[in-house]
Amino acid sequence: MSWYALIENFLQLFVAGLTIGSIYGLMCVGLALIFGIMRVINFAQGDYMMIGMYIALFFVTAVAGPNSPAAFWWAFVSIAVVGVLMYLFGAATHALLLSKASGTHVIQTEDAGHTAQLLLTLGVSVILMNVALMVFTSNPRTILNPYSGNSWQFHVWGNDIMIFFNYARTLSALLCVSIAVIVALGLQRTKLGRELRAAADNPVAATYLGINVTGIHRVAFGLGCALTAIAGVTIATFGAFQPFSGLDYVIIMYAGVILGGMGSIRGAFFGGLTIGLIQQLSTLVLPIQLQMTAIFGVLLLILLVRPQGLFGKSVERA
Amino acid sequence: MFHSQSRLSTTAIAIFFLIFFATIALNTYAYSLLILSLIAIWAIMGMSWNVIGGYVGLVSFGQAAFFGLGAFEVVVLAHDYNVSPWLSLPLSGVIGGVSALIIGGVSLRLREFYFALASLAFPLALLYLVEWAGYVELAVPIHRERPWGYMQFEDPRGLPFVAAILMLLAFLASFAIERSRFGLKLVAIRQDEMAAKAAGIRTFREKLLATAISGVMGGLAGGMYALVILVVTPSSVFGMTISAQAIIISMFGGRGTAWGAVLGAVLLVPLSELLNSYFGSMLPGIAGVVYGFAIIFVVLTFPQGLYWSMLDAARKFRRAKSTTMPMVANVEALPITRPTKSNGVLLDVQDVSVQYGGVRALQNVSLSVAAGEIVGIIGPNGAGKTTLFNVFSGIQQPTSGEVIFDGDDTVGKGPDAICELGVGRTFQTVRAFPRLTLLENVVVGSFVRFAADRDALAQAWSVLERVGLRERAGALGSELNNRELRLMELARALASVPKIILLDECLAGLTAEDIEHMIVVLRELRKDNLTIIIIEHTVDAVARLVDRIIVLNYGSVICSGMPAQVLKNEEVITAYLGKRWAAHAKG
Repeated sequence: MSWYALIENFLQLFVAGLTIGSIYGLMCVGLALIFGIMRVINFAQGDYMMIGMYIALFFVTAVAGPNSPAAFWWAFVSIAVVGVLMYLFGAATHALLLSKASGTHVIQTEDAGHTAQLLLTLGVSVILMNVALMVFTSNPRTILNPYSGNSWQFHVWGNDIMIFFNYARTLSALLCVSIAVIVALGLQRTKLGRELRAAADNPVAATYLGINVTGIHRVAFGLGCALTAIAGVTIATFGAFQPFSGLDYVIIMYAGVILGGMGSIRGAFFGGLTIGLIQQLSTLVLPIQLQMTAIFGVLLLILLVRPQGLFGKSVERA
Repeated sequence: MFHSQSRLSTTAIAIFFLIFFATIALNTYAYSLLILSLIAIWAIMGMSWNVIGGYVGLVSFGQAAFFGLGAFEVVVLAHDYNVSPWLSLPLSGVIGGVSALIIGGVSLRLREFYFALASLAFPLALLYLVEWAGYVELAVPIHRERPWGYMQFEDPRGLPFVAAILMLLAFLASFAIERSRFGLKLVAIRQDEMAAKAAGIRTFREKLLATAISGVMGGLAGGMYALVILVVTPSSVFGMTISAQAIIISMFGGRGTAWGAVLGAVLLVPLSELLNSYFGSMLPGIAGVVYGFAIIFVVLTFPQGLYWSMLDAARKFRRAKSTTMPMVANVEALPITRPTKSNGVLLDVQDVSVQYGGVRALQNVSLSVAAGEIVGIIGPNGAGKTTLFNVFSGIQQPTSGEVIFDGDDTVGKGPDAICELGVGRTFQTVRAFPRLTLLENVVVGSFVRFAADRDALAQAWSVLERVGLRERAGALGSELNNRELRLMELARALASVPKIILLDECLAGLTAEDIEHMIVVLRELRKDNLTIIIIEHTVDAVARLVDRIIVLNYGSVICSGMPAQVLKNEEVITAYLGKRWAAHAKG
């Protein structure tokens, strides 16, 4: 391989890493609201995302017909529907299940209810995967649209190096970055954001200030599920998914949140971005089937070597 | 040896396995025999999870790694190398165990959820690796010519029988763990890892051993599964469903007992299998849904699992006593301290500093304690007293400086190793193992010193007598009052026959009467020539007990000497009362 080809290959993978990483970033922001900030474990986070992807698929098929030129934009419209539904779904899960094993009444216990949360959401995850299997079958699906096959092309260095920016991937990444920025600003500037941060920093003290911590947790849980599902919908415009897809993403998300540092929204986004880059660049040295294996390796490394993450507080506090 | 943790009775085991084997023997219907094999396999998987998840208390999501490796080892050896299961099935246990040592070695340093997350990564990584290696679907080849040689018995009851024997072996192994000192150590680790470490338990090594045992069971279950199902794909043996099912079966039946896994498998496996065979073609995920609801139901309604709920109900019904403790008629008084190597200085501390970020908790502390001496360390809150103890006992490593204990350099050693050298300690806030009896709480401390269980028990009884708690031996840690808890910790420290004990505010929160009792007990100890260092706030109580007082303030030694002398020292009074009040006190 010539040097040009090598550089081209690297740049192309770098671009792919940045775009998929931005989407992972929003996914991680969603999980960070639940796990990083509220310290509640949601093992089913990826499965909520998978459900959101199916909802978007059916929405787009219903309004636009399969593979129509507008399908891509209808997928972007569908995030409103998916967001609202997954918010409700997440909040309902919190109300019915997780509120029993999280919040101020368990914060003082041995493991702050983590084992119970883990097992409850494991149950939710197993149910969602299998219900999806019954309803949607195991065939991989995707939101078919013309944009997933087209790219902008850029010439670098004369005509020797050419970089492709896939329409669907690039637009999805831009959408995810915008939403992540809005969420970060919202947490800084709104009353809800302040209450959220207060409830996260010290749930017990927050109750003394008249903040309804259980309510805030419910909102955070719903928002977290909605944001992750939205990121998932954008992936569905160019990638395939099936009922068991959630599992791979749940690992990516936890790796990103922990890498970014607990309790930091910005950290979670950059954590996800880093994971995306690692995933794509790993194919320089590893066969493409081992992308996920590389991510598991990175997760282990993070846990063992730098549990405090790159940007934030130590996981030891969790 | 240690009965109270294990409520397994030999009769119940005999009856259960007789019924199970009889059910196989009397069965000719292939489908019900398949279900019986699966019950046995999943019971083994449940027990495999229970060794880590139940005894050690770490929720593992990685059981599928052992299961999948065992299954693939059997099927690959049969398919590619024509190896008989008589060889490859035992080997699947070995492979499970070895992989568990590797996985455990990497991830056992992590806590709680992070352990769960790490353990989840292994089977999934293996899944992709095996797929990448080209094993998409493999079948065990049929050998009609030598059915016995390849474990492909003509009698359909053959394989279920082998599976049941493996289940019996896994059960007996669990049974042995539950009744052994190893099991008691694991329970102690689960309830309070730091206290277990300070009591001399090598927590990492014990956890690793437990993981290995779990791996052997998981590997065997996987190997057996391959023989029963005959066709193996990466996702059917390394998939998340396998790990989840192992967790759910054990949790549903009861965490922390081998009975739990057996109960869970007997109840859940036939249910999910039957649903699968009736509705599976239409609703392929129906079995998974059953497992999902089962775990949610358990966590919300009876989190300890069916077995423990049944036991509680039975106990309420019979109104039986919660614990039965064999009373030892005459307790032998055994030594509570061992001879030191050096006769002069026992503990020598040179220039020890501890820095947390920008905070200097200890600054160039130097002190020495002679063998047989009783030394009190006093100082205001935040003076660094507990940090100093943590350095002595290996919980905190000094940033710089030297600690020599009886000729051994202890810097860099962990609490378990230092306990073994002869340092016993208590904690400022008592660290009891709440669900162990008082005797068990104490005997955990004597394991480090006594290789034989009988000697360890004798020592535990002896120190209980010594501190005056013998009558309470059967009470649970959670039932003890403050005085009893303080005495229990003292007893646990003494149970290791230490050369020195470090008492961290062992009088805190006690009534005047209890303090008098404690002082009597401690004075008795000095007659045995035990070296003692006490941290205390109650200055007058210390003054009555000790030979010498060392005063710490802002992380430095400000004064050391005879109690009467030290308490008159101006700097000490200032440290305690502040400048203005010190002037008053003088005037």
